Amino acid sequence: MDIGLGHYLTLSAILLTLGIFGIFLNRKNVIVILMSVELMLLAVNINLVAFSTYLNDLVGQVFALFILTVAAGEAAIGLAILVVYFRNRGSIAVEDIHHMKG
Amino acid sequence: MIIATLAFYLFAALTVASAFMVIASKNPVHSVLFLILAFFNSSALFVLLGAEFIAMILIVVYVGAVAVLFLFVVMMLDINFAELRQGFLQYLPIGALIGIILMIELILVVGGWHLSPDALKVIAAPVSEAAHLTNTEQLGGLLYTKYVYLFQIAGMILLVAMIGAIVLTHRQRPGVKKQVIADQVYRRPEDSMVVRKVEPGQGV
Repeated sequence: MDIGLGHYLTLSAILLTLGIFGIFLNRKNVIVILMSVELMLLAVNINLVAFSTYLNDLVGQVFALFILTVAAGEAAIGLAILVVYFRNRGSIAVEDIHHMKG
Repeated sequence: MIIATLAFYLFAALTVASAFMVIASKNPVHSVLFLILAFFNSSALFVLLGAEFIAMILIVVYVGAVAVLFLFVVMMLDINFAELRQGFLQYLPIGALIGIILMIELILVVGGWHLSPDALKVIAAPVSEAAHLTNTEQLGGLLYTKYVYLFQIAGMILLVAMIGAIVLTHRQRPGVKKQVIADQVYRRPEDSMVVRKVEPGQGV
């Protein structure tokens, strides 16, 4: 059986759903939420590269490169905020974040 | 062809399994390690798709930088993860319901995707068939000519992210003794030395 575009799109749909499910499941732990976001971005990348290959168009891979950039920046800033938050409060529970007003 | 099919199913199954372990494992360190496994397997999938450059970048950037950053933060922060897992199962039913519905919808929509013949007419940058041009060369040729401004903006995004992370986590602690080079250089002998005449047999 030949592997078509549908196979890759299905895989990325499953990965995206797992990422969303991870946010539901670990809604107290910011680190795992950030990892779930990374999984969702990986799903997007698989989508873009699959379309790029099957359409014979390189632009999809250029977009995947930019998404990689944004994902790296997001992880760095997110973890920096996490470290500052932990330094101030001594925990990373998401429920406490509503104390940050103003 | 059969080997490519088998390889796809192997790497896809491993990616999905390790992605599931990322969100389900008890210890966040294990989560990060499974995330690394998921990145490796999807990078193998990218090689299968013929996107070698993206595959290598995925390993270098994600495994080498992002995942190690996660690992560093998980290990540096002293967090009681057992406490954070309380109420873990509370949202499992609703989350699973929404997830399964979403997955079924997405798979029904995209699983049977077929490209229309018209779609092949609007290609912006077709892959060159020339044998001597690798994927990396073609991508570089596109990135440094047509998308060079976007490339520069991507660099600026990384710069802003770096500066932002440094500004956020940098702190000045009061009461810490530091070496001040200027003060040392400006110090004169008159400020710190007194010449005394000491009589023999007597103290100062």
